[in-house]
Amino acid sequence: MANVISDETIEYVGILAKLELNDEEKEKAKLDMASMLDYIDKLNELDTTDVEPMSHVFPVNNVFREDIVTNDDDRENILKNAPEEKNGMFNVPKTFD
Amino acid sequence: MDILDYTAVELSDKIKKKEVSVKETVMAVFDRIDKMESELNCYVELDRCRALESAQKVQEKIDNGEITGELAGVPVAIKDNICTKGIPTTCSSKILKNFVPTFSAQAVINLENAGAVIIGKTNMDEFAMGSTTETSCYGATKNPWNTEHVPGGSSGGSAAAVAAKECYYALGSDTGGSIRQPAGYCGVVGMKPTYSTVSRYGLIAYGSSLDQIGPLCKDVTDCATILEVISTHDPKDSTSVKREDTDFTSALIDDVKGMKIGIPKDYFGEGTDKEVKEAVLRAAEVLKEKGAVVEEFDLSLVEYAIPAYYTIAAAEASSNLERFDGIKYGYRTEEYEGLHNMYKKTRSEGFGAEVKRRIMLGSFVLSSGYYDAYYLKALKVKALIKKAFDDAFSKYDVILGPVAPTPAPKLGESLVDPIKMYQGDIDTISVNLAGLPGISLPCGFSSNGLPIGLQLIGDCFKEKNIIRAAYAYEQARGKFVKEDR
Repeated sequence: MANVISDETIEYVGILAKLELNDEEKEKAKLDMASMLDYIDKLNELDTTDVEPMSHVFPVNNVFREDIVTNDDDRENILKNAPEEKNGMFNVPKTFD
Repeated sequence: MDILDYTAVELSDKIKKKEVSVKETVMAVFDRIDKMESELNCYVELDRCRALESAQKVQEKIDNGEITGELAGVPVAIKDNICTKGIPTTCSSKILKNFVPTFSAQAVINLENAGAVIIGKTNMDEFAMGSTTETSCYGATKNPWNTEHVPGGSSGGSAAAVAAKECYYALGSDTGGSIRQPAGYCGVVGMKPTYSTVSRYGLIAYGSSLDQIGPLCKDVTDCATILEVISTHDPKDSTSVKREDTDFTSALIDDVKGMKIGIPKDYFGEGTDKEVKEAVLRAAEVLKEKGAVVEEFDLSLVEYAIPAYYTIAAAEASSNLERFDGIKYGYRTEEYEGLHNMYKKTRSEGFGAEVKRRIMLGSFVLSSGYYDAYYLKALKVKALIKKAFDDAFSKYDVILGPVAPTPAPKLGESLVDPIKMYQGDIDTISVNLAGLPGISLPCGFSSNGLPIGLQLIGDCFKEKNIIRAAYAYEQARGKFVKEDR
């Protein structure tokens, strides 16, 4: 395996991904990601100098519209989906002390 | 003839002629579901009462002439990542359990306006990440042709439900082959339209630059009919393109004289099963006999599509799936200390293994220091792949190949080696990268009785070419039906 993923890297990726892995999962993720990156490294066989990265296949430009409300107030039904609700709002765990 | 054997268009005709009522049809479908579901597990959500109520309303509208279209009164199943107002939509994931959308996807609204009756939501790989429908939190769906095999994925529930006559047609979504491959494995017709043709509003995003909704159905006529209904310009999807040429049923013409069809040699590489190759080339021969000009060519770059795709799809997924945070909807962990710990625990407990590995990979390739080397590189390779297709379509009207290198694998065989599973997407994946339309239709059987899928690929916005070729092939092939059990 050409790519080796360090403990620090997997820790950092866990922070970015907002995922908590136990030690066993971390070891597996390290090997997993390394083998995936080895596979992706195949792309380096292609010379892409002077190739523009293509994010969209069609030349799509920004689409603007007037900022007008078209939907009804559906707060009650929307909040029914929330794990916790308080006074007609989403209830979020304490963020500051 | 059993009413379950009709195609969607045939059934609607019978309903409009009052030979059968919408209610009878819905009841027949639920009887079928009662008989088959314990074995197949196509559905994750069923609501008989709601469907019967809806049948009543649709019947009234048909009777008073309000609904007259080709899909009037026909029961449909919707993949579980497509929002349906008031009906749970979970992406077959624990993290979205109990989520009830307050709105419907535009494609669903279009179908309902055309008189469709929603039967239920179909099983899928969690967040559409998988090729077998085995990563679902509700357990795997089985292939109706042989229940020891997978139905394909990620729209496996939709494909299996159509094949098992548990609905007349279904919606699926296709990010890297997720409509076409299960259609191929289950012996039904499936189509991914050109990117931007069907609104993605209400489709829970996986890889936004690749995702498209499309039909899974019994034949090419149904396919064109459904696509025509769901393809509308939608200001709610900023990538939706305004097209004037969505009269897809006008391409149901049994004539391919002079049509130029290219067969990429690259689609018949090492991993391709001999029986698949033979069946697909026999189909090409059929089109040739009908007057098409068929020749082989080198498409090139096919082997680079998979690593480019998994880089781009994982990157987009890691960003799209950030919204599942235990606050607005779905699952929240029981015990936690503070906000960040709640996020992490909720997501770690709520997502399955395959989703987590793609989020991790996506977060990595987008992180500073690796962004250029991986993500930008993949976008550059995508440009090269698009160019290769542009060159091909300067010579050919249609590209013909298999939809997958093998027939459906056995349950439990694929997930042990993810990279090997990803390689099974080789025939479908570059179509998404290049935004092209592709249709899959059955063209034969393997020696162990599993369907083999033929794939026809068109240039962007040229759905009509592939519908025409598929229709002509289907006319020559005849019905492809499963013996009733």
